[in-house]
Amino acid sequence: MNTHAPFVLKRIFVVSCLLLILLGVVMFLGLSMGSSGSGMMPVLDSLFGVREPDSVLMDTIIWKIRLPRVLLAALVGATLSLGGLVFQALLRNPLAEPYILGISGGSAIGAIIGILLGFSRFPGVAATAFTGSILTLFLILVMSSGQSILKRDSLLLSGVMVNAFCSAIIMFLVSLTRDSRLHNIIFWLMGDLSTGDMHQVGILAATVLPCFFLIFFFSSPMNLLLMGKETAQTTGVNIKFVTVILLVVTSFAVSATVSHCGLVGFVGLVMPHLLRLLFGPDHRVLVPACVLGGGAYMVFCDLLARVLPEQGEIPAGVITAMIGAPLFVFLLKRSGR
Amino acid sequence: MNIAIDIKNLNYAYGKYVVLTDVSFRVKRGDFFIIIGPNGSGKTTLMSLISGIIRPKKGQLEVFGMSMQGYTRKALARTIAFVPQMVEVDFPFTVNEVVLMGRSPHQGILGLEKREDLEIAKQAIAFTGLEHLSHRKLTQLSGGELQRVYIAKAICQEPRIMLLDEPTASLDLAHQTRLMDLMEKLREERGLTIVMVSHDVNLAAMYGQNLLLLKEGQIVSSGFPEKVLTYENLEHAYGCTLLVDDSPLGRFPRVTLVPQRVLDNMKHI
Repeated sequence: MNTHAPFVLKRIFVVSCLLLILLGVVMFLGLSMGSSGSGMMPVLDSLFGVREPDSVLMDTIIWKIRLPRVLLAALVGATLSLGGLVFQALLRNPLAEPYILGISGGSAIGAIIGILLGFSRFPGVAATAFTGSILTLFLILVMSSGQSILKRDSLLLSGVMVNAFCSAIIMFLVSLTRDSRLHNIIFWLMGDLSTGDMHQVGILAATVLPCFFLIFFFSSPMNLLLMGKETAQTTGVNIKFVTVILLVVTSFAVSATVSHCGLVGFVGLVMPHLLRLLFGPDHRVLVPACVLGGGAYMVFCDLLARVLPEQGEIPAGVITAMIGAPLFVFLLKRSGR
Repeated sequence: MNIAIDIKNLNYAYGKYVVLTDVSFRVKRGDFFIIIGPNGSGKTTLMSLISGIIRPKKGQLEVFGMSMQGYTRKALARTIAFVPQMVEVDFPFTVNEVVLMGRSPHQGILGLEKREDLEIAKQAIAFTGLEHLSHRKLTQLSGGELQRVYIAKAICQEPRIMLLDEPTASLDLAHQTRLMDLMEKLREERGLTIVMVSHDVNLAAMYGQNLLLLKEGQIVSSGFPEKVLTYENLEHAYGCTLLVDDSPLGRFPRVTLVPQRVLDNMKHI
């Protein structure tokens, strides 16, 4: 691929337009399909204000149930893809991802504690989730610190251990509860998008959208960070500042999505990898691409989760893990060579 | 102002572990300055201090007459470029993209390249002989090629001083001379000051105009290669028997390692 840089703005524009179209198409599909009947016509009719007498129910389903869900999926996918991208750049490791590193798990512990304490979902649970994610992040960095922090194995191993530990604590917390909240928590843990309403979507959007813009402004330093800390620093990057800001902003955005819809894994691995293959590793292109492409991917996974089973639905996190985990193994095996 | 780097009474310690003690020396502008010494003598720490990666705790470090603290990070990056030891990159940037990153201290926050930046990058790529590889991915290059990419990126910063940390360490013989020749050309054609840490005393003798020999964080000797690379200095610094004579190539010393077997045989005679 020719990557001439004066055209970097043009490339950002072209890539964004392509992915925006994709996102639009997938969201349209997401609105059209579901357990209470599929079809594109009602959506089109409703979009263009064509009102038929029997379409009121369908209208309600599309705009009150499916739309919040589709928007929630898009926001979650965007955040998690971007989260993966940022962690990969900061740790110089293409296999890093909030879920694999255990950061999602830590934030889930925080969220469950918040739920058990009876906090409201926002800002209470979001705050405990954020605390959980920052603490795990700190734990992982300490565990893999020293000269070995950049080494793939020590980092991934730390992540696996932190993840296992988090799961144990989650199970412990779940086993403590004796009430009806139990089922909700377990379903939510598997990555559940079904609870969205427009108010919730609004809160999540207001939380994560500013993070996206902030991260975009750090895309050039992220490119330099991939060349190694010393190179980045001697090329004019204040690495401490950049690292702290990016870690905090990303953990904040990720924990916001975790507190809304639980653990959705591997999105941050699949999308950055795929987009890097398609558009190259330049973060100035990849940041907007991850937001739009990640959103589209998650809407698609959620669509599968709703449409595949004959009755009921699968949590979206199950779908993303089924796609993501084999890919992770494949990438790990290939990079080992 | 003919002094590029002026170091006075520099001390550095990692916690209790003292690495540099009272180091003072000057590097002239346009010099080819090579720092040598055994493992753990403080070479790399000295390099990190000059490059601004770590800050001096005690002592004075001036670059072109201004203390390090007087430089912003970007201003320092426009003055000093640093080529680290081989860094492996797992991300598929092209040679072009990496070299262009060298322009970032001259650019705004998003690093949007102007036509001028592209031209400078193109020249840097030509200077290092990488034209045929410019669209290749970093992950597909050999060690010697990778080293040249980092040098091209450093050239692209348009610095006045180029620092290199053991650049020849993992290169074969042909690539070693090629790299050192490139540095010499850079010094002559662009007037850059070259400061290098090296393990190879013979390369230092051949290319260095001034050398600095360190041992346990202290200066053993500094100055012209003939002055620094004497038998006494080297044996004191490295603690092994060496043979120092004149190189058949010209007026610079040649250092030969002496194996224990040869020493044993000599005793028998």
